[in-house]
Amino acid sequence: MHIMEGFLPVEHAIGWSVASLPFVAWGVQSIKKRIAANPEQRILLGVAAAFSFVLSALKIPSVTGSCSHPTGTGLGALLFGPAAMAPIGAVVLLFQALLLAHGGLTTLGANIFSMAIVGPFVAYGVFKLARSLGASLAVGVFLAASLADLMTYVTTSVQLAWAFPDPAGGFMVSLAKFAGIFAVTQIPLAISEGLLTVLVFNALARFNPKELQDMKLAEPREVQA
Amino acid sequence: MKRTQNLLLILGVVFLALVPLWIVERPAAGPDGEEVAIFGGADDQAKNLIGEIRPDYQPWFEPLIEPASGEIASMLFALQAALGAGFIGYYIGGARMREKMRREIEEAASKRDAA
Repeated sequence: MHIMEGFLPVEHAIGWSVASLPFVAWGVQSIKKRIAANPEQRILLGVAAAFSFVLSALKIPSVTGSCSHPTGTGLGALLFGPAAMAPIGAVVLLFQALLLAHGGLTTLGANIFSMAIVGPFVAYGVFKLARSLGASLAVGVFLAASLADLMTYVTTSVQLAWAFPDPAGGFMVSLAKFAGIFAVTQIPLAISEGLLTVLVFNALARFNPKELQDMKLAEPREVQA
Repeated sequence: MKRTQNLLLILGVVFLALVPLWIVERPAAGPDGEEVAIFGGADDQAKNLIGEIRPDYQPWFEPLIEPASGEIASMLFALQAALGAGFIGYYIGGARMREKMRREIEEAASKRDAA
């Protein structure tokens, strides 16, 4: 989902940066507030960032014959709210843009928007919806994390199709092409991300049941080993 | 029960990553006899697609630093994953010990009360 350095026209690059900025600012505020109220959660915030660090470094082969990577933003969105992942994702993307030439500074805004804004908000919304429909903690976490991962790549496809519409067929034809590269490749990876996020949640439920209850993510009966 | 579930989750991820290696067939070599590369990055494919849609498009900004070679790039990716995994392991290890000690203290207290 990393749009490469210089591969978005100037006006798109600026537009996505302007669109992402308020979310990053909102996220910084929401993290500050949360840590001020619960200083003991600081290290768990580090875990959310670390999870995104690991998952976005793993390029995994997919059924389309190309490789892509998960995003790891669903976990943090569930633990700290969707806005909190915007600055955390921005740090991960900045690290990759500066040190790895993976993504870029001019495309940072667009990449933040897909990975650190759309993904986390999808995760949060899907989790709330699934839980209100009576899904178990594991099913809710799985759906939230996998759909967040998938929608990040759909967003990247939309961003590229918007910037590079097909000369003959326009936006929709271009979207189908980019989605063929990104979204289809991502399906098995999104499932993997869902499974891994449930794994981390199982560990948290086992060893940090109080935190999950305080965050209103789990009922007491769901976290007792 | 959770232990079985965790094992199945890990096996699921490994399975999903291995299946493509199995089922994706390498396309026949081109007319020039060169092997077609497979399992390249989706990001690169998107870059090529941009080239097809807008052959005249020129990237207008270059990365400031590029890893000097593929080896160095893979080292940096491994470093990124290792830092993240190390931190998660540290946290879960600490949480596990804390939970274990809390239980031991509770058990000791209940034994003392019973005595």
